Amino acid sequence: MNGTGSPALFHQPAGALAGLLEARRISSVELMQAVIGRTRAVEERIHAFNSFDADDALAQARASDERRAAGRARGPLDGIPVGLKDVIAVKGQPLTASSRMLANFVSPYDGTAAVRLKEAGAICWGRLNLDEFAMGSSTENSAFKTTRNPWDQTRVPGGSSGGSAAAVASGEAIVALGSDTGGSIRQPAALCGVVGLKPTYGLVSRYGLIAFASSLDQIGPFARTVEDAAIVLGAIAGHDPLDSTSFRSEPHDYRAELEKRRGPWKLGIPREYFGEGLDPEVGAAVEAAIGHYRKIGCEIRPVSLPHTKYAVGAYYIIATAECSSNLARYDGVRYGHRSEAATDIVDLYFQSRAEGFGPEVKRRIILGTYVLSSGYYDAYYLCAQKVRTLIRRDFLEAFREVDAIVTPTSPTAAFKRGEKAADPLAMYLNDIYTIGVNLAGLPGISIPCGFTKEKLPIGLQLIGRPFDEAGLLAVARAYERDHDWNARHPEL
Amino acid sequence: MSQPADLDIDHVARLARIALTPDEKARFSAQIGDVLAYIAQLKEVDVTGVEPTAHAFPVQNVWAEDVAQPGLPVEDALRNAPERQDNRVAVPKVVE
Repeated sequence: MNGTGSPALFHQPAGALAGLLEARRISSVELMQAVIGRTRAVEERIHAFNSFDADDALAQARASDERRAAGRARGPLDGIPVGLKDVIAVKGQPLTASSRMLANFVSPYDGTAAVRLKEAGAICWGRLNLDEFAMGSSTENSAFKTTRNPWDQTRVPGGSSGGSAAAVASGEAIVALGSDTGGSIRQPAALCGVVGLKPTYGLVSRYGLIAFASSLDQIGPFARTVEDAAIVLGAIAGHDPLDSTSFRSEPHDYRAELEKRRGPWKLGIPREYFGEGLDPEVGAAVEAAIGHYRKIGCEIRPVSLPHTKYAVGAYYIIATAECSSNLARYDGVRYGHRSEAATDIVDLYFQSRAEGFGPEVKRRIILGTYVLSSGYYDAYYLCAQKVRTLIRRDFLEAFREVDAIVTPTSPTAAFKRGEKAADPLAMYLNDIYTIGVNLAGLPGISIPCGFTKEKLPIGLQLIGRPFDEAGLLAVARAYERDHDWNARHPEL
Repeated sequence: MSQPADLDIDHVARLARIALTPDEKARFSAQIGDVLAYIAQLKEVDVTGVEPTAHAFPVQNVWAEDVAQPGLPVEDALRNAPERQDNRVAVPKVVE
């Protein structure tokens, strides 16, 4: 079934596997067995999953094979295992947010992303680890386990969607879904050497996504190739009446459009993203990628995003304010952890939240409560929302001149586990290149663009116009077409 | 690490309904102090006349048809309840 030289099934992209499935050269059950086997072999070193149900996944694979045999296959994702970050609701599966608060929660319904994956025939495969409630950049804030970077297990996979990134990089899932509030898809994708796409705010429904910061959160794909990201995006994108912030956008066949759009494009390079703090090896790899775009005929222009330095500050006001409100629902009453120690109903709230939340979540709730509290609202929250306007304006101004913006995804390659765990501010500053995109609501993608001398992956970030995912993916593909970074796999 | 003069951690923790240990209070005050010191640079920005952005793409007047939809069955809705009594969530006594 696999000729010598072709990679193991679990390392192949969904696009190629879809071809093998369609040609009946493999069955979905065989593919699922390969992924389960791989997961059993490497998971004790990677710790990407909070849980998985192999029997349930195989049952989904059998159903896919039966559909195909009956001539009712549903498209390129039919029979492909898709890992899900443990904040996206799948009916009957655990939904923990990697928090003690929801350690025993089982989702009573499907989120829209899960509904659409199932409609596309995909196998909902496992619950992937994250920083508790998606708050963090290293997956070290999980209440359950610390996911390792598959390229070097002494290092973090990034976060908050570290489990999703590590699973795709290590062959434990073919593609995966994550969520991105300030970089939580793009940064772990960069650190694990895979593709990660944060769509435009409103393109993908948030119904059934555990809320962190509702004006910033977006679900998006992790993949081995730009084409796979396009396939998954095509399945999950589109208006949903169950999410009132979901946009009535034009439907696209992102996969079909990928090879049709060949540029050349005008690409903007914001000098604010290449200053102090950028690791020289990362900077050199990004410069080389820019050189490639120039070589294939793109016009490279400097652009300015003057409010960039204020993005992290504005973000940590807005995101924590929204999280303090969203997480008020965890009160120990209707679901989630309930303290045994409480003396009355009010004490039940205090104790259940004290026992159920980990330190980073508590810190952010406290900070968010503070910036919204009487006397500080104007100085912090309102001011941050105004700065958000200026940051967004910077981007929209730049997009009058250019089609996409090219930057590093993260200032450094993967850092050591424990290195930043005790210093929240240092951890926050790690998201300096990704956060502005969320504040402006734009689509952003990270694609592999090289390795450091220590053999750690480096990510290139491309930022597009609102709802121009088709264009953004084509720009990403134009780089990927001439490079084979994604042919390398971590040695496990 | 800095300790912000005006962050009354007891007051804020009470607003947030989280019981903090003395150690957490000391640690969080210092760490949040660092973050607030960093955030203070926003004061440099001239925001005169700038409208606040609550959502990147404001959508207004999203109406749903006033049609009843099936809700979660009681059994499904109560499956995650920490404590139940018949078809209800049980809580400690609220009024004496």
